[in-house]
Amino acid sequence: MIAIIDYGLGNVMAFANIYKNLDIPFKIAKCKDDLTMVTKIILPGVGAFDHAMQRLQESGMRETIDELVLEKKLPIIGICVGMQMLAQSSDEGNLQGLGWIDAKVKKFDKTLLDKNSPLPHMGWNSIKIARPNALMSEIDDEARFYFLHSYYFECNQSNECIATAFYGNDFTCIVNKQNIYGVQFHPEKSHHNGIKLLHNFGRL
Amino acid sequence: MLYPRIIPCLLVHNKGLVKTIKFKDPKYVGDPINAVKIFNEKETDELMVLDIDATRENREPDYKMIENLARECRMPLCYGGGIKTAEQAQRIFNLGVEKIAISSIAIENQKVIKEIASQVGNQSVVVVLDVKKKLFGGYDVYTHNGKNKSKVDLIKFVEEIQELGIGEIVLNSIDHDGEMKGYDFHLIEMLRPLIHVPLTVLGGAGSLDDVGQLIKKYGIIGASAGSLFVFKGKYRAVLISYPNEDEKNTLIKHNYAK
Repeated sequence: MIAIIDYGLGNVMAFANIYKNLDIPFKIAKCKDDLTMVTKIILPGVGAFDHAMQRLQESGMRETIDELVLEKKLPIIGICVGMQMLAQSSDEGNLQGLGWIDAKVKKFDKTLLDKNSPLPHMGWNSIKIARPNALMSEIDDEARFYFLHSYYFECNQSNECIATAFYGNDFTCIVNKQNIYGVQFHPEKSHHNGIKLLHNFGRL
Repeated sequence: MLYPRIIPCLLVHNKGLVKTIKFKDPKYVGDPINAVKIFNEKETDELMVLDIDATRENREPDYKMIENLARECRMPLCYGGGIKTAEQAQRIFNLGVEKIAISSIAIENQKVIKEIASQVGNQSVVVVLDVKKKLFGGYDVYTHNGKNKSKVDLIKFVEEIQELGIGEIVLNSIDHDGEMKGYDFHLIEMLRPLIHVPLTVLGGAGSLDDVGQLIKKYGIIGASAGSLFVFKGKYRAVLISYPNEDEKNTLIKHNYAK
């Protein structure tokens, strides 16, 4: 049973619809009691970093999620800001991240972007797969996904970077360390590639 | 490589989809949910849905309709129409809409832009500008579905709203709406250098060539259109369409290769 964490941020229904169509069992978790019998976790996220960290804290689910991920080693995938929350910190805010991955979140450097490349980084971008990963099974190199963000994830351990995308600079758009995964784009809004990726996560 | 976005824009009027010409003469083109299903199948880049009645009738957004759209929509969805407060924006956002489009309230009360942005994030706030040529040069910004002429200075306003923190500007030409004779390049040319957030233009596209021209000139841009994706042929028979992957790749490769 996949738990989609509903702490008021991110498009929970979009994930639910995709898993419903794939016939993969899921539930929407709004409080810690919803996290029993769970085998995998999706952590969506949109908006500002501090706001997201705060909302997760206030949801009352933080400690249970910590335990499921760090002790029981359940697979978790952070989406967009949900991925950024896996890092230690973000240029966007003052609060600490979850710190599960040795990484920080930085603002795109405007000086590296040409005048026709605005911020936020919005739209369909192709990704470059850096190393094979079960999450990327049957997804091609240069596959396109939908992005919407102004800050990017920078891994300190390069072997944890699964794929990169380019926007002024190369940045990590898929990360994996043991049972912990993160994607910067929105698989729930990326048509067949996104569905494939969520399907792969469901089969891990 | 980041790709230009090609975005159908659907107008909701009396619960059905319509297409207008110069914001007038709405012609019924079908059912919103049915259209979303077709655009899902065609793997459309993004979708914009504007309720053209809500602000004019001074009523709340139709949350039930938005919920149904968001539930069906497998691509990023932008909704606009009738949003006046941060609470309404948040509610719509929670229904599963990625982007919140505002227009009249952005002109009447800029504080609300900031409030909405702080709730849903800058990246999800879209300001739609309905503009029309003045008789003797320059442009006016209109609200309430082209009914009310605002007093704002377009250039100053574009600069101000970006300072407040927004994620996108949609520039909609009332003069070119539904004409299917191409985008208003004069308008785009005037504002493009002043805009440092993603820009989407709307109004006038009649063929994929029109979209191609836009991409050729501006590279990363949102090319939005209504008529182009709901009509076929010179008699405007209703037929929902969208370029398939090959057509889209060819269009982009021919006009935009980095």
